[in-house]
Amino acid sequence: MTDFPWLLLMIAVPAVGAAVVAALPKGRDLLAKQVALGVSLVVLLLAVLTAIAFDTGGDRFQLTSSVTWIEDFGVSFALGIDGIALVMLLLIGVLVPVVIGASWNDELPEQRSMKAYFAWLLLLEAMMVGVFAATDVFLFYVFFEAMLVPMYFIIGSFGGPRRQYAAVKFFLYSLVGGLIMLAAVIGLYVVSNSQLGEGTFAFDALRQLDIDPGVQKLLFLGFFIAFAIKAPLVPFHTWLPDSGSEAPIGGAVLLVGVLDKVGTFGFLRYCLPLFPDASRFFAPFVLVLAVVGILYAALLAMGQSDMKRLVSYTSISHFGFIALGIFAFTTEAATGAVLYMVNHGIATGLLFLVVGMLIARGGSRQIGDYGGVAAKAPLLAGAFLVAGLASLALPGTNSFVSEFLVLIGSFPEEPVFTIIATVGIILAALYILLMYQRTMHGPARGVLLQEDPAEPAPGTGGATAVLTAPRRSLRVLDLSRRELAVVTPLVALIIALGVYPQPLLDVIEPAVSATMDDLGGIDQ
Amino acid sequence: MIEAPDLSLAALAPLLFVFGAACIGVLVEAFWPRESRHPVQVTVALVGTLGALVTTLLLTVDFEREITAAGALAVDGPALFLQATIAGLGALSLLLFAERALDPARSAFVVSAAVPAGSPRDRELLTVQRVQTEVYPLATFAIGGMMLFVAANDLLIMFVALEVLSLPLYLISGLARRRRLLSQEAAVKYFLLGAFASAFFLYGLALVYGATGSVRLGDIRSASLAGGTDVLLVLGLALLVVGLLFKASVAPFHTWTPDVYQGAPTPVTAFMAACTKVAAFGAILRLLYVAFGTAEWTWRPLVYAVAIVSMVVGAVLGLTQTDLKRMLAYSSIAHAGFLLTGVIGLGAAGDGSGLAATMFYLLTYGLTTLGAFAVLTLVRDGDGEATHLSQWAGLASRSPLVAAVMTLFLLALAGIPLTAGFTGKFAVFRAAIEEGAWPLALVALLASAVAAFFYLRVIVLMYFSPPAGAERGQGPTVGVPGMPTTIVLAITATATLALGIVPGSVLDLAERAAIFVG
Repeated sequence: MTDFPWLLLMIAVPAVGAAVVAALPKGRDLLAKQVALGVSLVVLLLAVLTAIAFDTGGDRFQLTSSVTWIEDFGVSFALGIDGIALVMLLLIGVLVPVVIGASWNDELPEQRSMKAYFAWLLLLEAMMVGVFAATDVFLFYVFFEAMLVPMYFIIGSFGGPRRQYAAVKFFLYSLVGGLIMLAAVIGLYVVSNSQLGEGTFAFDALRQLDIDPGVQKLLFLGFFIAFAIKAPLVPFHTWLPDSGSEAPIGGAVLLVGVLDKVGTFGFLRYCLPLFPDASRFFAPFVLVLAVVGILYAALLAMGQSDMKRLVSYTSISHFGFIALGIFAFTTEAATGAVLYMVNHGIATGLLFLVVGMLIARGGSRQIGDYGGVAAKAPLLAGAFLVAGLASLALPGTNSFVSEFLVLIGSFPEEPVFTIIATVGIILAALYILLMYQRTMHGPARGVLLQEDPAEPAPGTGGATAVLTAPRRSLRVLDLSRRELAVVTPLVALIIALGVYPQPLLDVIEPAVSATMDDLGGIDQ
Repeated sequence: MIEAPDLSLAALAPLLFVFGAACIGVLVEAFWPRESRHPVQVTVALVGTLGALVTTLLLTVDFEREITAAGALAVDGPALFLQATIAGLGALSLLLFAERALDPARSAFVVSAAVPAGSPRDRELLTVQRVQTEVYPLATFAIGGMMLFVAANDLLIMFVALEVLSLPLYLISGLARRRRLLSQEAAVKYFLLGAFASAFFLYGLALVYGATGSVRLGDIRSASLAGGTDVLLVLGLALLVVGLLFKASVAPFHTWTPDVYQGAPTPVTAFMAACTKVAAFGAILRLLYVAFGTAEWTWRPLVYAVAIVSMVVGAVLGLTQTDLKRMLAYSSIAHAGFLLTGVIGLGAAGDGSGLAATMFYLLTYGLTTLGAFAVLTLVRDGDGEATHLSQWAGLASRSPLVAAVMTLFLLALAGIPLTAGFTGKFAVFRAAIEEGAWPLALVALLASAVAAFFYLRVIVLMYFSPPAGAERGQGPTVGVPGMPTTIVLAITATATLALGIVPGSVLDLAERAAIFVG
């Protein structure tokens, strides 16, 4: 079972699926949706089987395979996963079918075809799997950059009114980061060439290098800037609110839920183990960025009137927590950070989806355009509440476990930063609850308010009809069966992982402590 | 008794093929009846270039580096690799020349260049279905000159080759069927500035001869080793390099590029962008590595500075362009800078991966840019090709396939992974960083990011904007290409993808070819 190429299949199946969907004849949107959903469910199944094949007590990298790709560059098509990558693959496996289900009846701008949208989504899935499963730095870089192309088209072709601007901004920010990282990747290769006699990009070989501290700092910065843009940390964050708010909901979920995690994943997988001295040197700066990000983004989130922008800012705030957990250099905090990555994907994913469902009903992204929705659509409001509470890390939801782990793990090493970060929790409660309260409760108002159809009143006429003012009431449909099917798995995961996170922790913890060993672990 | 110089006919076979075809082309032009001349000329030119391609490939099978023709020609790995590249790209360009399905008047070239533009006779000829066939022998001569250029082991031969490749190019850039004044202006500009560059080269040649007493690259090297640094030699080298950088359209010697690229008929622009670049860089590499390889300090700072200027100028000025042909011209200037980054990646002892990387980059860039210009010939309005950016808005909704192919080329030019452009960029940047030139590589990476913006803008227009002129029903039309252009597009697009995904064998070939004789 472990020799079976699970990872390769997880890349190949969605890639082939994307080609099939794209090749379907025009006008067969329903078939395209069905194929896409089927493919994404197969990938979910593969992810689950991969998890079963993974031995939590086994080697650091499992299910490895390696084929020489470009011999002259010393590049291999090398795949393998540790616990951190595994949980991300599971997250991808869950989110993509959910996203496809949620986008089923999306209205795309200018009658663009659903087919292309789903093809891009599947291609994106293949790239995302690749980026987490690569154990060759060059291969990682290739997926890291190639991933931009489908996302660029998803935002640019299917997004909101300012989609062109958002797509280009997204692409350029990521590309600049990627190119800086490319310089560092080549630098790493050159170092390996001088130390090992032949250049390599294999992660395991690079980990053994003994890099001069000065060079380490430069290379660290090369990787760090790329990941900090991706994650995003303040001050590299300005692209995310634009992309998050202009992207179609499905794209936004994957963007914030998975794509951005490549940044924090990169910190853990590449920055810390490859450049331990530089990581320690720069850790205080990173922690300052992280804590500033937590507070600054939370304050900005409170000031937003656009719901999608608000959710984007909450993510930036949460990424601050993840970075704090990683750069506190304790196994506990970093384990919490990885769990946070998964939980944030689920919670924020759900929040984006519910907000998207509300927007689909009202056609406006403004908080002020809604009010009192809960009375007419209790299920929608309930899902909104669960997503919100998970985002503010209420005990009993999944995010609580991870946030708590990050904070108690960081406290012994970095008490000051941790205490400041705690303020972020209070702000989180404010921005989430305010949004929930304004849209779901209070008097019925906003764009969903419609005039009741004039009641046919035979026999009356003339004067009396003029006197009765038109009655207005809220017209809003509650969640449909499809929407319920989309929301339920995520709600279930939020509760389940809130109560019993142990299986995930068992998978994550060994990988994290191996990373801390590479760092010359502070707490061991 | 005069001794005949030793000539290895086998080694010269590729050159003989091309020049033979060019001469036959001239005869055909003189004696073949006009009605059926076009297919014959196309066949002759294609046989010549493809024959040259095949013979270069055959030469590599059982291949021994040698210097032949009394020391004037070097037949070595780089020469063969670049000759094959030029012959292949040249054949593809000739196919673009031969396209007859796109223009209503069935050709991109003016019927009679001697008729003054705008005269009644000119307007009469505009719609005539007669075609110009002199371009084929001219282009074949240019290809022959280029192939000689990269193999020249002697500065005099190099100069002769420079003229053989340039003169036909000056001519054919002035032969556009539409917008003739623009085309003629381009030709004159190209000619005047090109003549200057040739003069620089010649003057440099004289100075180097004065300093070393020889025009052989190998002798120059040993003389410079023995004699140390001579002001004459340094000055001569600088002038030679200026002459070559002009041909390679490297900033600050680039000013002709946008005008000529814009004015010349698009197939000719494609030809220049792909083949001239390869030939010029082939000569630069040979001159710097073989003749001046040891005196690194003399050329290294110069090339370093010029590379930075070229990348910055190309990327920044490219941002402001609104015409696609001009935009691709600035892109070519930026790419020349990236290529020089690879040239820097030559080790002090002649090792290092710079040479292989630069040659590979030339191949990938040539294929990609040729493909991009081929797409430009498809999008037309009533006045010829629609090259203004705004006319490309919403192209994807009308012809998804053309837009997709163009997107592939643009992504490759921007250097996105899984395309040939990325592999090439990676190779040259690695070579530069290995030689410690990481500041240069960093500038190159930032320049690529800036340049990516204008490539992206075209994609944004094609995919994310509403169609141009749709409401008035006067947007540009996308022509259905005939067989020649279809072949070009298929080959270039496939190669762009293949060299991005499985570049192993070609990289390997470049690596093995990367040893100069001399």
